[in-house]
Amino acid sequence: MQSQRETVEEAARAAEEAARAAEAAAATASGNADAANAAAEQARTFADQLASLAASLSGPSDFVYLLALFVLAIFVGYYVVWSVTPALHTPLMSVTNAISSVVIVGALIAVGADLSGSLNGFYPKLFGFLAVALASVNIFGGFLVTQRMLAMYKKKEQ
Amino acid sequence: MGENLPALLYVVSGILFILALRGLSSPATSRAGNRFGMIGMGIAVLTTLFVLENKGFGTWVLILLAVAAGAVPGAYIARKVPMTAMPQLVAAFHSLVGLAAVFIAWAAFLAPRAFNIGEPGHIHLQSVVEMSLGVAIGAITFSGSIIAFLKLNGNMSGKPIILPMRHAVNLGLGLLIVIFIGMLLTGEQSPMTFFWLTLFAFALGFLLIIPIGGADMPVVISMLNSYSGWAAAGIGFTLENMALIITGALVGSSGAILSYIMCK
Repeated sequence: MQSQRETVEEAARAAEEAARAAEAAAATASGNADAANAAAEQARTFADQLASLAASLSGPSDFVYLLALFVLAIFVGYYVVWSVTPALHTPLMSVTNAISSVVIVGALIAVGADLSGSLNGFYPKLFGFLAVALASVNIFGGFLVTQRMLAMYKKKEQ
Repeated sequence: MGENLPALLYVVSGILFILALRGLSSPATSRAGNRFGMIGMGIAVLTTLFVLENKGFGTWVLILLAVAAGAVPGAYIARKVPMTAMPQLVAAFHSLVGLAAVFIAWAAFLAPRAFNIGEPGHIHLQSVVEMSLGVAIGAITFSGSIIAFLKLNGNMSGKPIILPMRHAVNLGLGLLIVIFIGMLLTGEQSPMTFFWLTLFAFALGFLLIIPIGGADMPVVISMLNSYSGWAAAGIGFTLENMALIITGALVGSSGAILSYIMCK
């Protein structure tokens, strides 16, 4: 990636120089001014294209960012639960389950997608609808049941 | 609203989920932890509603109906189920997350344009891999959780059921899943292939959990919990959605660690 980017940037620089030279030629040789100007214009367009290509190559792709996020979150999840007290195993499991219903985000996107151009827009909406309903059971049920378990735990403590 | 604000809000909800998991590991902070989880979920849902493509009246009606259809029984069950039935309740809730993941992957498969992952029949190959993994893991979570629920609830014998040749059958099903993902990648992306893929994963989920005895079920539930996280992350990559990727990874790895701790 790095070397590819350097090559493109070098080419962009060369094209820029060519454009400048052509402009200079246009200034001196007034007879060929029009033709030289056209050449200068072409060279400049080419330089711009190369520059934007270089810019697009300069950073990692979106996928790499998301993958990095994914890996870092795995490490956080790994370290965060090690110290759990045995009595809290079931509530922790229950809250983890409630949190996993964040898939509702995907379901909402399916229901709220613009499907006007699609051949069969009915089924994606239906599947999205069902998924929103299932995940909602889990969100409300999961957090409330965790709350109930924790309330019981508190009573036991006192 | 640009793309940056929703992404930042998804990160905020991810942080709240981390605080929730952390809070639940000690009695003093556990209730605050649960509240962090609720707030995080609220932020994730509201953010998604703000960035929907189609904000028409019909969409809002559908979403309200679906949320109500889930919230009412969910809250009712959470209040009524006896405390002794908690493990099987968590298993039952799990199966729902698995099934939801299957439905979402199917929606993305049938309407890829809506998710910016290509045209019907010409979905980007990377997205095909992600959604295939999402659908397979979701289906395994669903059917496995159903078995765990039935065993804990006493609808099914808690004794391990050892089927003949089970390792060969499971291996065969696993291979079939891989082969069908390969077919989606190299050949025609037909809904039939995706359907079979889903079916094989359902069967694998049943068969994986059937030989496990009732006493080991809490560990199994925690493991299935972890699976549902990986399914969410797989779908998150398909939709390029930070909330799903962060939370899926969190749930996936913390669930795996929790089942390990419970084994000790």
